[in-house]
Amino acid sequence: MKITKEEVLHVAKLARLDIDDADVERFSGQIGTILDYVDTLKKVDTTGVAATSHAITLTNAFREDEVNGQLEPEEALANAPEKENGAFVVPKII
Amino acid sequence: MKLHELTIEQAGRLLKKKEISSAELTRAVLERIEAVDGKVSAYLTVDDEGALAQAEAADQRLAAGDAGPLTGIPLGIKDLMCTRGLRTTCASRILENYVPPYDATVIARLKEAGAVIVGKLNMDEFAMGSTTEHSGFQVTRNPWNLDRIPGGSSGGSAAAVAADMCLGALGSDTGGSIRQPASHCGVVGIKPTYGRVSRFGLVAFASSLDQIGPLGKSVADCAIMLDAIAGHDPKDSTSVPEPVPVFADIETDGLTGVTIGIPNEYTAAQGLDPQVGSAVEQAVKIIESLGARCVEVSLPHTDYAVAAYYVIAPSEASSNLARYDGVKYGFRDKQPADLLQMYRRTRSRGFGPEVQRRIILGTYALSAGYYDAYYGKASQIRTLIKNDFASAFDACDAILSPVAPTPAYGIGETIDDPLTMYLSDIFTLSANLAGIPGLSVPCGFSEEGMPIGLQIMGRHFNETMLFKIGRQLEAQIAINDRKPNLE
Repeated sequence: MKITKEEVLHVAKLARLDIDDADVERFSGQIGTILDYVDTLKKVDTTGVAATSHAITLTNAFREDEVNGQLEPEEALANAPEKENGAFVVPKII
Repeated sequence: MKLHELTIEQAGRLLKKKEISSAELTRAVLERIEAVDGKVSAYLTVDDEGALAQAEAADQRLAAGDAGPLTGIPLGIKDLMCTRGLRTTCASRILENYVPPYDATVIARLKEAGAVIVGKLNMDEFAMGSTTEHSGFQVTRNPWNLDRIPGGSSGGSAAAVAADMCLGALGSDTGGSIRQPASHCGVVGIKPTYGRVSRFGLVAFASSLDQIGPLGKSVADCAIMLDAIAGHDPKDSTSVPEPVPVFADIETDGLTGVTIGIPNEYTAAQGLDPQVGSAVEQAVKIIESLGARCVEVSLPHTDYAVAAYYVIAPSEASSNLARYDGVKYGFRDKQPADLLQMYRRTRSRGFGPEVQRRIILGTYALSAGYYDAYYGKASQIRTLIKNDFASAFDACDAILSPVAPTPAYGIGETIDDPLTMYLSDIFTLSANLAGIPGLSVPCGFSEEGMPIGLQIMGRHFNETMLFKIGRQLEAQIAINDRKPNLE
């Protein structure tokens, strides 16, 4: 099943990606081919089959609510593209 | 004896006897990198100064008698694991200058063991790819033929080990990314059981599939490295408190009592190169000659594994990569008009095409109206695949298969054809979906001199069986001394 250009643009918007026209064309084609292939999954009868989100049985890992090991503010800010007064600076939101 | 050609086992003995020092060994490796990495392009970052300082510290530990099997051993690390103070890029422009403020748990454990970290190795960007061509920076070449792919996504790791540019390396495997490059480069690689090795500090691609594992020149070397990094980590809530045996204690007294299974769906697989098929058949015969019994098993949902994986992995990736937004670290587009534009431009300029493709695929599969049909369905099929293996392991102790359908193909062949690249993962990705361990061990060469690997898969937490079979096969085939010619 082909994915339309509109769908690619919609999904790109959700994923916060800018895609230019040439790329929309190319991506729709490639992704359409992949989705066609993935459609084979429909052939399998999965009635009553539980989904697996983790292959190994895991139980919740808890710990006591104690402070243990943390980044110093300078370390946390070291890779910041823009910072000021111990805070990350971003473009105006409101 | 060229020091860089040593295995970890050999180097360990010489270091212990004080016949060589870690400083000499590390210098030899650094010189080797200078000599040949211009051709191979395995390394993204080489830390000469740091490595020599670590080597000096290791030499002191060795002198004091406080050394283990990895003390003083130069290793390379796939650039997907955080190394404190050492640039970590995930082979992406979006992290081109990122310097982590912390060590991944596996790195901390290697440092505790006294290993010497030489540098960071090239990979497909964010581990998305099977050729290492999707790196944001450079293409790594297969040391056995520089026009061929080294495999991916841990292509830099496999190539570096094959070219003796480190004595061992760490890679990561989400759909085959340790095993397939190991096979293509003629080295050993193992993806441990999911949860066996901590993912803390491993930059996440698909959280329910990712595992870190070693690549080395021999099965024993991989076992030594796995010993150092395996085990429960409170910082990774998906790591499992399963006791860790000493993997380096490998049984080598034959395979009587071991039953191996050959999945009939794999031997009949489309696109399987006859040379790969016959190399695998030869390996099976050798394993039988060591006393193992061979039975046919069935993995009926094999045909759906690639499709299920290429829904689940991109879906999880689309969520994991949402954090790259230019706010706290990494690349940020200059002078965006507003926050939304900052996000969009940063991500579009920072991520390469394969990453963007998978984010779109994943976002689509998880979006309203499609979630059940794609992600929900794929997750159910994942259960069926996991059950296939559970049934097969009722009849056998280990499953054997090819690693890749063909030997390494030419650079550029699948760069515009992602689906063909995806289909080449057919033998490896089921192990990630089911969480079981898989070992790739060299079992032969093609007529063109390209390496071919055998895959050995086992029950959850039974890496011991994989090492037992792999080590004894390796001893019989005896091709570890064959080296690529890089002069």
